[in-house]
Amino acid sequence: MTTTPHISVQHLNVTIGAQQVLKDISINIPNKKVISIIGPSGCGKTTLLKSFNRLLDNVPDVKIDGKVLVDGEDIYAPGAEITHIRKKMGLLSQRPYPLPMSIYDNVAYGPRIHGSPKRAELDELVEKQLKATGLWNEVKDRLKAPASKLSIGQQQRLCLARGLAVEPEIILGDESTSALDPISTAIIEDLFIRLKEQYTIVLVTHILRQARRVSDYIIFVYMGRIIEFGPTEEVLLNPKQELTKEYVKGFIS
Amino acid sequence: MIRRKLEELFVKLLMILATILVVGSFFLIVGTIFSRGIPYINLDMITKTPGGGFYIGKEGGILNAIIGSLYIACGATILGLIISIPVALYINLYIAKRDFISGTLRLAFDVLFGIPSIVYGAFGFLIMVYFGLRASLLGGIIAVTLLVIPIMVRTLDEVLRTVPGELHDAALSLGATRWEMSKVILRQVKPGILTAILLSFGRGIGDVASVLFTAGFSDNIPTSLHEPAATLPLAIFFQLGSPIPEVQGRAYASALILTAIVLIITILSEVLIKRFSKHKI
Repeated sequence: MTTTPHISVQHLNVTIGAQQVLKDISINIPNKKVISIIGPSGCGKTTLLKSFNRLLDNVPDVKIDGKVLVDGEDIYAPGAEITHIRKKMGLLSQRPYPLPMSIYDNVAYGPRIHGSPKRAELDELVEKQLKATGLWNEVKDRLKAPASKLSIGQQQRLCLARGLAVEPEIILGDESTSALDPISTAIIEDLFIRLKEQYTIVLVTHILRQARRVSDYIIFVYMGRIIEFGPTEEVLLNPKQELTKEYVKGFIS
Repeated sequence: MIRRKLEELFVKLLMILATILVVGSFFLIVGTIFSRGIPYINLDMITKTPGGGFYIGKEGGILNAIIGSLYIACGATILGLIISIPVALYINLYIAKRDFISGTLRLAFDVLFGIPSIVYGAFGFLIMVYFGLRASLLGGIIAVTLLVIPIMVRTLDEVLRTVPGELHDAALSLGATRWEMSKVILRQVKPGILTAILLSFGRGIGDVASVLFTAGFSDNIPTSLHEPAATLPLAIFFQLGSPIPEVQGRAYASALILTAIVLIITILSEVLIKRFSKHKI
């Protein structure tokens, strides 16, 4: 890692209620790479992901301690502008949740709340992002149709387009393909690989093959701690830690 | 084996009987109102104010009560909505994190929901006495608003709770403020808002106890908020209490009109709910 880290987590501790979900997490996420967070269910992968854009704030009884620096700026510092932080990151959740409006308005939503772009600019932007996610040809004749009428796979790509429209630097994916069929999954995975030229992409996944296909680096989390972090092939084929070995071989899940 | 089959049969029979009872009562009620009311329904009933007073008058119509009821029900529904939406949003989207406060608020609205309407009427009356107001349209609207707010808040609360948290996250992760997110959520629950309106309107237009002291009664159509206003349920009450059979018959005609209004509103909102659900995810 020669470049400066895009996201730098320093001694992050998260407790939800009485349970400590993340324990002393420190990690540097490199710029413009795909990073997969893997680990068994309930190990804290999603919590870690959500700490990056402060969506964790909305979880009841949550206590967050430590620092998360994005572009060198501590997002948990008092007075940090939360909408500004979130704007930097697009989120792709487990199931697609299009906003209850038309296809066009979904993509235009972000730009509209962050400014008042002109109609022509918006048209151009919507087209650009729908093209970037390969959806344009499928929906160009029905941009005014409700987003809910699209197939699940198309909805997920729409959500990605919607996220890209606010011009983020980082894309966060929380098991983004787990509700999708194999073909839609392949399309999304290809998109991730293509998009890493412009974005830093952090994915939570429990599919090791997917982690191997798309990511440059892998973070293995177990019981709220980072056990191993390194280049994909190294972590998956030649893990240094005993726990990682067991997980990769399928002994712990 | 035979015991399980008997059990199945028994339970099924019970359900069918109960359903027949409910549906039967419905038809009996509607049938009674129709058979007794239809002979007295005429154009005058819905286009004229009463002639010769309510207790003894056989002439004219109940336009004063129709208009009064519509004014009060609409006014209370609109006022209620303006107050209830912020409350429901606040409980669900702003302080949901602090479970104790939202829990207490929900309990409070449950209690208010269960309070009989005469209590709202008496409370409204007390407010009016304090401010030196007469029984008036305004007083009626205020009392009915108090009555429908808990209904609206509870309905909206239920609807808002069904919105998946991921939709909140979706809007927030695009950099939306809490209010911008709330507007997205409101789009999602538009059909639910309509249901709340429908329930409140139905309750508001049919309630008699809350308007008894607060709205008063008048044979004229109110021309300002400070004039007393007639309401359909009260009109039915007065007409039924009349010693004259024709006036009693007009009570059923009034009930028929009241039922028809509620029916029209219900059908209208069903149509609107379908249309509003277009973008719902």
